[in-house]
Amino acid sequence: MAEPVESGSDAGLRIDTIVKQYGRYPALRGVSLDVQPGEFVALLGPSGSGKTTLLRTLAGLETPDSGEVRLGGQDFLALSPRARRVGMVFQHYALFRHMTVASNIAFGLEVRPRRDRPSKAEIAERVARLLALVQLEGLGTRYPAQLSGGQRQRVALARALAIEPRLLLLDEPFGALDATVRKELRHHLRRIHDETGLTTLFVTHDQEEALDLADRVAVLREGRLLQVGAPRTLLDAPQSAFVHAFLGETNRLHGLARAGRVLIAGEPWLSPATTLADGPVALFFRFHETEIVGPDQGLAVRLFAVHRKGGNVRLEGRDARGQTVEIDRPLTEEGQYQPGQTLYVRPTVTRIYAEDPPPA
Amino acid sequence: MKTDSPPSRRALRWREPSVLPGFIPSFGFVVVYLSLIVLIPLAALVARPWERGIGGFLRTVTDARVVAALQLSFTSALLAALVSALMGLVTAWVLTRYDFPLRSLLDAAIDLPFALPTAVAGIALATLYGAHGWIGGRIEPLGLKIAYAPAGVFVALLIVGLPFVVRSVQPVLADFEAEAEEAALTLGAHPGQIANRVILPALAPALLSGFSLAFARAVGEYGSVIFIAGNMPMRSEIAPLLIITKLEQFDYAGAAAIGLVMLVLSFGSLLVLNRLQLALSRRGV
Repeated sequence: MAEPVESGSDAGLRIDTIVKQYGRYPALRGVSLDVQPGEFVALLGPSGSGKTTLLRTLAGLETPDSGEVRLGGQDFLALSPRARRVGMVFQHYALFRHMTVASNIAFGLEVRPRRDRPSKAEIAERVARLLALVQLEGLGTRYPAQLSGGQRQRVALARALAIEPRLLLLDEPFGALDATVRKELRHHLRRIHDETGLTTLFVTHDQEEALDLADRVAVLREGRLLQVGAPRTLLDAPQSAFVHAFLGETNRLHGLARAGRVLIAGEPWLSPATTLADGPVALFFRFHETEIVGPDQGLAVRLFAVHRKGGNVRLEGRDARGQTVEIDRPLTEEGQYQPGQTLYVRPTVTRIYAEDPPPA
Repeated sequence: MKTDSPPSRRALRWREPSVLPGFIPSFGFVVVYLSLIVLIPLAALVARPWERGIGGFLRTVTDARVVAALQLSFTSALLAALVSALMGLVTAWVLTRYDFPLRSLLDAAIDLPFALPTAVAGIALATLYGAHGWIGGRIEPLGLKIAYAPAGVFVALLIVGLPFVVRSVQPVLADFEAEAEEAALTLGAHPGQIANRVILPALAPALLSGFSLAFARAVGEYGSVIFIAGNMPMRSEIAPLLIITKLEQFDYAGAAAIGLVMLVLSFGSLLVLNRLQLALSRRGV
């Protein structure tokens, strides 16, 4: 099993063209991803995108039909799940309910063969250190049923960390928690990652969580990896309509590409240049990437709702074709808008993608 | 979500808080019903054996034949319940964890001992295990005698005990989170450790409950046993049969005395098992 480490770039995790099919349903259609040692990567996608399957493949809980995974140059798929030493955190915690918190955390150490097993005192000491790390000091003798959801998830994290994993894998770890706890745990997780330096893969369908937490985000859809990059790169240069739309709320207008220009019916003022071939296109702009202009210099939007959203005022309206258009304006302008009013809106940043073929 | 300290010992209280009203009518109904069905008949049993005084009662229950019968009844019930617990666990495991042809038929067959008159099972067993039976004819030359021997009692009690264990364990096993097993696997546990440390402890309360039911049923079993046991006094005669025998001799006080001893022993063991079960399920869940 001791293969030589081939090259410097091989020190991390290398996922190569993983294919996995459940019956006739393809879950992964050739996913490749390199993760640097110590990197924190989020796997982001809607349900059915294959992100959890990919994570479970790394943990050895699923066997891919083809493809390769190497960790530190070693053939990872050849290892049994027990031998992989990955710390896996499940969405519903998967704690051992009949064991105390301390026994849960110690489990991975207690089941080692005698020669590798730390002494009782060492185990107790490590459990105490991990309880402190996840800020659950003094709760070691409780049972999982006596803890809150957030506390349970921290126990699950401590249990995964106890085996000093080579990889930390988290499957929607905060999915079952309420928003405040989720946010708090998110930062807690990032801090623990920075302290331990563990290579971490994190599955989520929440773009905010992924963008907030990860060094890099990998966006998956229907078993394919669409784009990988730092959060800013993904936000600034999404390579597909899906990535753009998945990363945040957006307006969408339908148009036609004709000889390097986008034409939108009835809106001669808006004709951005495009490199796309002639054909139907979709034009996107985010709610805050807009300005309000004079009559006939922008999209006529008749407002039907005005309400606060975070630190902004969100204006909702319909354009001449009946499509919903939403705009964010600073809170200071709150008094200037009422439902029924017509505004002229011009996008400041537009993104243009070839229109997806209509769903079959 | 409980975050406060573990529930302190509850004081004796008459009323449990509940969102549903109607504590008094429902409690009253239960008391009346249980009285008619269970408590009054049992009280009659308690009242019956004393017509020949305490001395008469003691003479009856210390009679060597009675003691032998009680011993046989309780030890074979205990052994049969233990074996049923083990085999029931395995059966429940196979029925919930694997899919195979005719699985639902097998699943339904588990309940047959509930439905079948136990005498039928007893006669079938006696035929099968008798000296000329399909199994008996093969094992008796080897010196193993099951029909018309104490071992026959044990075999008959296995039949009546199995469904209790299977039906207690099966739903718990079906509900058991696959994720907990997967977590144990990724933490480096091998299959034996996962079974022993993760799955079995989670099943323990259900298994114990199935064991208690199988035991209780086995202690009282009559129909299937008498056809295979041979019913030799001091050797293969069970206590319930001795009760019937006494009744046929119009020795009502004697029958009630044996009945009372069985009642006390059964109630005592069930109480202990219940306590144990409560303690097991206290841990979390």
